[in-house]
Amino acid sequence: MSEMSELIIESTSKVFAAYSTKEVVNEAEKGIWANELWNKLAQYGIVTVAVPEELGGSGGDYEDALSIVRLASRFSAPVPLAETFIANWLLAEHGVAVTNEVLTIATETDGQPFKFYQEGNGWIVTGRAKNVPWGRFAKKLVVLGEASEGGALSVLNLEKAEIIQGNNIAGEARDQVVFNQVFIPECTIIPVDKIKYEERILYSCALTKSVMMAGALDNILEIAINYSKERSQFGRPIHRFQAIQHHLALLAGEAAAAGIAASYAIHSFQKNPVSKEIALAKLRINEAAGKAAPIAHQVLAAIGFTYEHILHHNTRRLWAWRDEFGKESDWEKVITKQLQKLEKNELWPLITGVKNNQKKVETR
Amino acid sequence: MKALQIPVVELPRETENLRREIRLFIQQKIDSGLIEPKCDSWLSGYSAEFSKDMGRRGWIGMTWPKKYGGGERPSIERYVVTEEMLAAGAPVAGHWIADRQTGPLLLKYGTEKQKHFFLPRIAKGECFFAIGLSEPNAGSDLANIQTRAMKVDKGWILNGSKTWTSGAHFSHYSIVLCRTSPQDPDNRHSGMSQLILDLKAPGVTIRPIHLMTGEHHFNEIFFDDVFVPDDLAVGEIGNGWAQGMAELAYERSGPERILSTYPLLNELTNILIEQGNTESLNKVSRLISRLWTLRNMSLGIAQLLEEGVPSNMIASLVKDMGTKFEQEIPEITRLLVSVTPSVNSESLIEKYLAQSILQSPGFTLRGGTSEILRGIIAKGVIQQ
Ligand SMILES: Cc1cc2nc3c(=O)[nH]c(=O)nc-3n(C[C@H](O)[C@H](O)[C@H](O)COP(=O)(O)OP(=O)(O)OC[C@H]3O[C@@H](n4cnc5c(N)ncnc54)[C@H](O)[C@@H]3O)c2cc1C
Repeated sequence: MSEMSELIIESTSKVFAAYSTKEVVNEAEKGIWANELWNKLAQYGIVTVAVPEELGGSGGDYEDALSIVRLASRFSAPVPLAETFIANWLLAEHGVAVTNEVLTIATETDGQPFKFYQEGNGWIVTGRAKNVPWGRFAKKLVVLGEASEGGALSVLNLEKAEIIQGNNIAGEARDQVVFNQVFIPECTIIPVDKIKYEERILYSCALTKSVMMAGALDNILEIAINYSKERSQFGRPIHRFQAIQHHLALLAGEAAAAGIAASYAIHSFQKNPVSKEIALAKLRINEAAGKAAPIAHQVLAAIGFTYEHILHHNTRRLWAWRDEFGKESDWEKVITKQLQKLEKNELWPLITGVKNNQKKVETR
Repeated sequence: MKALQIPVVELPRETENLRREIRLFIQQKIDSGLIEPKCDSWLSGYSAEFSKDMGRRGWIGMTWPKKYGGGERPSIERYVVTEEMLAAGAPVAGHWIADRQTGPLLLKYGTEKQKHFFLPRIAKGECFFAIGLSEPNAGSDLANIQTRAMKVDKGWILNGSKTWTSGAHFSHYSIVLCRTSPQDPDNRHSGMSQLILDLKAPGVTIRPIHLMTGEHHFNEIFFDDVFVPDDLAVGEIGNGWAQGMAELAYERSGPERILSTYPLLNELTNILIEQGNTESLNKVSRLISRLWTLRNMSLGIAQLLEEGVPSNMIASLVKDMGTKFEQEIPEITRLLVSVTPSVNSESLIEKYLAQSILQSPGFTLRGGTSEILRGIIAKGVIQQ
């Protein structure tokens, strides 16, 4: 993390506390855009962290940005911060200057890849993207597709797109975005290797989601601990019951595991944006979500089952997010592919990152 | 939560050669039939020869000062040695306790004389220690120990008994926790001291307690007016509890709380890759994501401990989760391959599976039961 990070985290915390309140999160679920929150984030230069200043960014590194993402998820911030980060990073990498606009990114195109045809000073775009995070609120969509010369990364103005609204189980906007022969003037189309970029975008999204889940897990642990101190039954706070202590210990374990997995994934991302650490982290953190959410609900009992209490902001998100950008079963397959390349007794070298001696491997 | 934050550790490049050296060393021992890898080798794999050999290579007491026979190596190198040994199932039980616990204890609290006498011998792999804590009526409730030492001229007279003492039958000494003043109901942890006990001293009787498999692993030790000279008391008289507890974080978060059944996981992976069994390999991939996470936690805590950050709570977390993981490996393995566990089998996987199943109840007991650990973790997070 860079030096500015402590400061950023502190001031960003304040922004989230003030503008990503329970009411804002609830309203977002009803379809109201958290305008003030985004404007504040933009005003403080938060949405362009890890983009160099020459390109209109705020500087800092990925670790800074991802610490902010982690924080945002603790507040269930109903804005596409992670998506905007990823989009901005991809654009900056290609020398495109970034702004504070709300961006989103598409990873599922439902077997109908986006097609771009150049015409005059613009492009004609056709395509359908599914489950686009916050699609209805975004100004632009970053999506991969095909131009006449091959794969292309595009930044599409969403003004003329058809949006079919949808939600995940946390009530977060996950929309269909449809372009049917839409002409977009002065639209950014960057030639790229599509297969490679598909992988990159998926891994980036899996990384940010993992980090968000780690943040949410941290928060449900805190909620459960605090509640166990406040709530009394049988004349004592419930944390005095050993059964509750065991719940808290297991919950702490899952939160800690998710935290370290996310940290390693972040660490690896700087060097390799499609690292196996990201795959391992999403796999482990998905598992943590499934184990931890029920524990938190058990500790809070009926009150945590209500709309009134905020526990569900985090737990419903955990249940939604574990299915986004790869379930356990999807990432297992990715790891399995790596296993299949191993020679005998090479699992340990895979885990430690240090190959065996060339010379000799045991024969059966 | 701050207390749960664990740093990312980047292993230095130099450790890569160390790893290769260790792997080659073990491979040669296996090839020449000198050792037989097994699961849970840090508790049940004993070879005096192998320990000596490790000592010769400087792989015991690696971090200790050179003047005491150590290697003054960074603690991360010790970590590498221990995890490589465990992953390979090498017989490290002989020196394990002395290297992990006794050495650091003496370095911190021992007299110069004790350090000069014991540490070089431990580092050579020639001097083994056993842990003398548990008693018939003091298991989880360790503060309830009754073994007592009475002050006499020039030393102490020890009476009582210890139980579940791993490896007492091949160890040379044991650190015995005993009462040096009567039990104080208002301060249960006071009045205890640590004595270095020569297991061959007159009045010491060691009796085997056979495991359910029939193996001789742990023991009962009886003390009948055993004389322990003054210069074998460790640290301060009356401070035994605090001295003993200080090392618990090392004991609880090491790779031995994650890797006890690793040889089985390796063999399972070998077989499934050979079979091209993708379905089942997916289950292995899941296990690997857990192992990767646990190892990273363990490494991070090793670094925190090196920096002097108190980590008892997260170390307990690693032990609770890590030992559960160790137990899971055989449970998952048996459903993925059609083999019959047997300790006598010619097939590695059948043998490792049998060892893992039969040793697994101990994983979540030794070094503090999971129930006790969860109590520590919960109290730790509640205090935050
Ligand atoms: C393989 C192995 C090797 C060992 N090696 C050594 C050794 O070398 N030296 C040594 O001194 N000891 C050794 N031990 C002993 C070990 O430390 C004890 O087994 C352990 O501390 C538990 O004590 P106990 O067996 O008496 O169980 P008990 O303490 O009697 O526990 C019985 C059950 O009650 C539970 N329980 C107890 N108290 C509480 C509580 N407050 N809250 C909730 N649940 C509770 C326990 O978790 C357990 O499930 C070894 C044990 C094993 C299995």
